Amino acid sequence: MNSKKLIAYSVRLVLYALVILFFGWIIKNHYFDYIFSESSTFLVLMRQHIELVVVSSVIAIIIAIPAGILITRPKFRKAEWVVSIIVNFLQTIPNLAVLALMISVLGIGFKTAVFALFLYSILPIFRNTVAGLDSIDKNLIDAAKGMGMKPSQILFRIELPNAVYSILAGVRTAVVLNIGTAALAYVIGGGGLGVWIFTGIQLFDNGYLLSGAIPVTLLAILADYLLRKLENVLVPKGSRREANT
Amino acid sequence: MIAFNHVTKSFSEDNIAVKDVNLTVEKGHIVVLLGPSGCGKTTLLRMVNRLESISNGEIMINNKNSMELDAIELRRNIGYVIQSNGLFPNMTIEDNVMIVPDLLGWSKQKKRERFTYLMKLIGLDAQDYRKRYPHELSGGQQQRIGVIRALAADPPVMLMDEPFGALDPIIREKIQDEFLQIQREVKKTILFVSHDIDEAIKMADKIVLMRDGEIMQYDTPSEMLAHPKNEYVSKFFGKDRALKSLSLHTVKNLQDIIGLAPIDATIRDTKTIHVHQDLRTTLSMLMNQEADQVVVTNDQDENIGSITIDHVQKYLHFEIKGELSVSQEG
Repeated sequence: MNSKKLIAYSVRLVLYALVILFFGWIIKNHYFDYIFSESSTFLVLMRQHIELVVVSSVIAIIIAIPAGILITRPKFRKAEWVVSIIVNFLQTIPNLAVLALMISVLGIGFKTAVFALFLYSILPIFRNTVAGLDSIDKNLIDAAKGMGMKPSQILFRIELPNAVYSILAGVRTAVVLNIGTAALAYVIGGGGLGVWIFTGIQLFDNGYLLSGAIPVTLLAILADYLLRKLENVLVPKGSRREANT
Repeated sequence: MIAFNHVTKSFSEDNIAVKDVNLTVEKGHIVVLLGPSGCGKTTLLRMVNRLESISNGEIMINNKNSMELDAIELRRNIGYVIQSNGLFPNMTIEDNVMIVPDLLGWSKQKKRERFTYLMKLIGLDAQDYRKRYPHELSGGQQQRIGVIRALAADPPVMLMDEPFGALDPIIREKIQDEFLQIQREVKKTILFVSHDIDEAIKMADKIVLMRDGEIMQYDTPSEMLAHPKNEYVSKFFGKDRALKSLSLHTVKNLQDIIGLAPIDATIRDTKTIHVHQDLRTTLSMLMNQEADQVVVTNDQDENIGSITIDHVQKYLHFEIKGELSVSQEG
């Protein structure tokens, strides 16, 4: 146990040291200067990036969670495999291909990028919603029914509270993935920090590249952190232990 | 209280779970549905609160046809306990117990009082457990909570589907005793599914022995043990059914019929048994050689006589044959 802790501790130290060295190297080479010298552009790109992610994720959540709930109702159960196949299929198309396809339908710009990101976010949220609802002990549902709960009461009092951990994990996956994928929005004129990343690649300019890429990474880490905090608020105390083991 | 009239349940043409069952459960009785797995006992139970539909026939609850009542309403008036306790992990103990009162719209005050009363019944401190969650409790405690949850809105009828089946033997026995104690106070009409013969004998006012969806015999435990109606029933209870029936009788019963032996003061290795304990325990004590003499004590803790293996045997003969003919000389 102790040696394990020691290893984990030293690994963490090494990683921290690497990150600090990396940032030292960046600052020494003035790679972050663009963020300050062109701060207005940076803020615009940052805002676009966040908008891309937030709009697409919110739409995905609004559609995928109710779809997951609907498909797990007894009436629609039989259609589950059809929907799953469609959703899985969407995920297998490479994201660049989705963007390219979308251009031919929707043209270029912000909307197209949002739509492509939205398609990409559906699967993790939908799949985790279904898995979370499916994993609830059938005896619980039986007990709830036997005590005279209406279907809607069973859903909101028993099923969703006990599935919320899984659903949130899906949302987290989708959002974090989305933040990375949103960098591709530049390709179809959707804006975002991808603009600087691709400029950096094309000009062999580490300054642009890193001024775009590092904020995207930090954004993803921040989103992950915030959504984990949200878990602590939304997951009921009693089911937390179960979810963690 | 509950009457089954020609009740049949068929899942498909050749899969018939319950065949033409006629059965009346009297008010305040515990009726145990007993039988091997797949005999239709659980299906029969679940038809009462309409978790299973009825293919044919009718179930009358308090002279009302269950099919004519609103299913949700009906279920809220029937306590339901399942084997895996069915407590909701996202809710506190109090919220769990107070689900049906909550559905019925009781006031906060009334719910709190009821919760305190129910927790007292099972000997747990209401204040202490109110805000705890099911996973913080032991299996036995969880099952107790499951039982009082079914009692929460004081329903006249309770359905219990192998409620103590998942507990270890020692805790199971304790909870059975506790539940019988509670039942003496609340006097519910209870349908109780079990596959455990000893449990059925202990808990039941009457037992329904089922096989392949049909009732083999419906009788009191002692009647069923003493006079099995057919080959299947006697086989089901086994060759030791006379022994099993001993747990239905107390030392008091024996004393009333054949009296006790005097205490032999010369024997030093003695154990005592209370007059209200059952004869199976008494016999075990005698057979296990825990003592050479078992002295019977009454409510005032006075020694009123002793008991021997001969006594038990004589009593058993009387119970089964209805006569006191054998080994009179002892």
